[in-house]
Amino acid sequence: MLSVERLHHAYAPEQLVAANITFDVKPGEIVSIVGPSGCGKTTLLKALAGLLKPTGGTIRFQGKVVQGIPDGLAIVFQEYGRSLLPWTTVNGNIELPLRYQPITSAECRRRIVESLKAVNLTGCGELYPWQLSGGMQQRVAIARALAYQPKLLLMDEPFASLDAQTRADLEDLVAAVRDQFGITIVLVTHDIDESVYLSDRVIVLSHSPSSILAQVNVGLPRPRDQIQTKATQQFVEKRSEIAQMIRRPVGREAHR
Amino acid sequence: MSTEGIGIDRWHPHAFNAIQSLAVRYGLGIALIIVWEYAARKAGSIFFPPPSEILHRAVTLWLSGPPSRLFLSGSVFQDVIPSLLRLLGGWALAVLVGVPFGILIGRSRSLSDFLNPALQFLRAIPGPALIPVFIILLGTESTMRVTLIAFGCVWPILLNTIEGTRTVDPVQLDTVKAFRIPRHARLWRIVLPAAMPKIFAGMRVSLSLAVILMVVSELAASTSGIGYRIQNAQIMFLLTDMWCGIVLLALIGYTLNWLFLKFEKRVLGWHRGARGRTATS
Amino acid sequence: MSDLSGAADPRAGFGRSRLFTGPNLLSRAATTLRVGLGIFAFFLILEFVTRLELVPPVYLPRASTVVRRMVELLQDPKFLGHVLATLHAWAVGLALATLISVPIGILIGTSELSYKMTSPLIEFMRPIPSVALIPLGILLWGQGFSMKIILVAYAATWPILFNTVYGVHDVDPIAVQTARCFGLKQSAILRRICLPSAAPFIFTGIRISAAIALIVVVGAELLASADSGIGSYILFVSLNGGQMDSVLAGAAIAGIIGAMINSALGLIDRRFFGWRYLGTLPS
Repeated sequence: MLSVERLHHAYAPEQLVAANITFDVKPGEIVSIVGPSGCGKTTLLKALAGLLKPTGGTIRFQGKVVQGIPDGLAIVFQEYGRSLLPWTTVNGNIELPLRYQPITSAECRRRIVESLKAVNLTGCGELYPWQLSGGMQQRVAIARALAYQPKLLLMDEPFASLDAQTRADLEDLVAAVRDQFGITIVLVTHDIDESVYLSDRVIVLSHSPSSILAQVNVGLPRPRDQIQTKATQQFVEKRSEIAQMIRRPVGREAHR
Repeated sequence: MSTEGIGIDRWHPHAFNAIQSLAVRYGLGIALIIVWEYAARKAGSIFFPPPSEILHRAVTLWLSGPPSRLFLSGSVFQDVIPSLLRLLGGWALAVLVGVPFGILIGRSRSLSDFLNPALQFLRAIPGPALIPVFIILLGTESTMRVTLIAFGCVWPILLNTIEGTRTVDPVQLDTVKAFRIPRHARLWRIVLPAAMPKIFAGMRVSLSLAVILMVVSELAASTSGIGYRIQNAQIMFLLTDMWCGIVLLALIGYTLNWLFLKFEKRVLGWHRGARGRTATS
Repeated sequence: MSDLSGAADPRAGFGRSRLFTGPNLLSRAATTLRVGLGIFAFFLILEFVTRLELVPPVYLPRASTVVRRMVELLQDPKFLGHVLATLHAWAVGLALATLISVPIGILIGTSELSYKMTSPLIEFMRPIPSVALIPLGILLWGQGFSMKIILVAYAATWPILFNTVYGVHDVDPIAVQTARCFGLKQSAILRRICLPSAAPFIFTGIRISAAIALIVVVGAELLASADSGIGSYILFVSLNGGQMDSVLAGAAIAGIIGAMINSALGLIDRRFFGWRYLGTLPS
């Protein structure tokens, strides 16, 4: 589905943000990208989306090299409040990308209804984004991405601005969505628990300039549960493994 | 929210609250008018006639016409309405020119940076300083007035539109780019609505500027209009007439502003809601 | 969350450091160059249009002629005297308005009751075009300095008062509650929380008033045939026929003065109140 080869990006000659990143994403996988704050995860995601042209390396989406924004891709941003359009309703927000797709208006309406159902927001169609809570707004953003029927869903720290309860609900929602629609998901996060809980595979990035420290196969059985899965030995081991990798460089610096 | 008192609040709480809020809102204004009335009568200065006299004169001037014309007298149709039409015409012209150009210029960061000094200069020219220029070029009739008002009002609208177009939230732009929404749709459905609050702010500033320019253009070499009437009254030492004109202008300025705010509330309801939310959450 | 779409971060270096960090000296030179080029290009366009002679040049002289006249005027002590007279009246009127409005505004803003009582009145008085009072002003105070400053002060009072009242009234209640928890007395809260929080709004009011004051002073000079000031100069040359270059030059100089005042106030705003943009979303 997605193949990244030797990606490297520098904002300015002295500002190398990502170096030599290579990885693949298979169709239907959920892959998380974790790393310390400021290590360039967002840069990587924007490059994958085609919003940013990397200074080096190639990105291939469905076999074709990414130049500009490819078709069949949707993003959910961290700042749901700024990504949803405040001057139109929930329905209006979801409908906007669909307007420019070659589908009939009946199909459009059907998709809106379905996507709202998938995120448990049926009946909220005529509300404005500011009338909803943070968690609900992010769900609208997810519904908007779903209605678009992308092959690949990119999520940039989507739950970082939400409280723990909401985060747990939305994590389960993402897993359910993947099962229901078979979308491939690439998720950037700084929350290690979240990455292990949700994904099939976790890509661990180093400090800036970031490179891949490791790719960890999670291998936990599905369906997963917030309480039970997180209590298993296997979860705790994977989690520590990744945490060690991320925290180790900090420890090294503290000893200088 | 007093709960003491003679108990009216207990019997008719709604009425009591209503009276209380009315008193608070209008009490000071009414008190000032009463004080003015009393002081003016006592002092007897011709420069400050008492409000009752002003009201009386205003009725004679403007409300002494036939019932078929809503009791409005001829001078309303001769002076007041043409002034208002010029004002609104000039302002509307400024909006029609300022908003599209503002969006065009604002979309290009380098173009708007490049044009900014010239626009700041043009905006800073005090309207009255241009009256002689406009009179010499365009005569003393309505064309000159409307053009002057439009010229003065276009700059705040233009500059605010440019600013609004430039500061569209980059997250919103990224979102619509990612969903591959075509360029023309991006302009119409994202840039324009996002810039609306600032555009409306510019329109509001321009509206009060339009009133000022209308008055100023009529105080200089004109033969009709509210400003002309005020100046005429000054020359003929008809102080009460002059005050009538001033009060009328106050009412016009206030009403136009109030109407515009109502209009803004309807169109930008989403903006208030969204901002109110971020303020409290 | 870093913003990668190229929008300048308004939080970059507020206060004194803003002048020297972030955009470095080289980019500041580039900005100055761009501003200069913009003005020059504007002048070129005007020159081109005026040379087309769509209107006879006696009515609309060439831009270069006007600029030449502007330079001459700026070296003429009589004209400079006019400029000084205008600025003098502007400054005194503005200062008066500030001295009156800010204390009253603070008083009104801090008391909920007086706020409720006076808001409707301020809302009514604010949109009155002060130029409408010029005829009255002429009758009461003649055509000289006093008339100008009274009118300017009247016009400038309302935006400053309005902004002060709302700035003081709309202080973040959480900040006030925090201060109370730390045991600050009412006067200290006023001094250390309300006033600094309201200061940017008050200054914005002053900026708005500065622009209005200039319009009113030039308008008063022009319409009242005052004895001195840019407005009276423009009136004089326009009545004495055939001096369009002077008329335009006078107006242009007034515009430049206005733009310079605006820039200066903007710089002060960013230097002292740049902090208000911290932590807010770009919008």
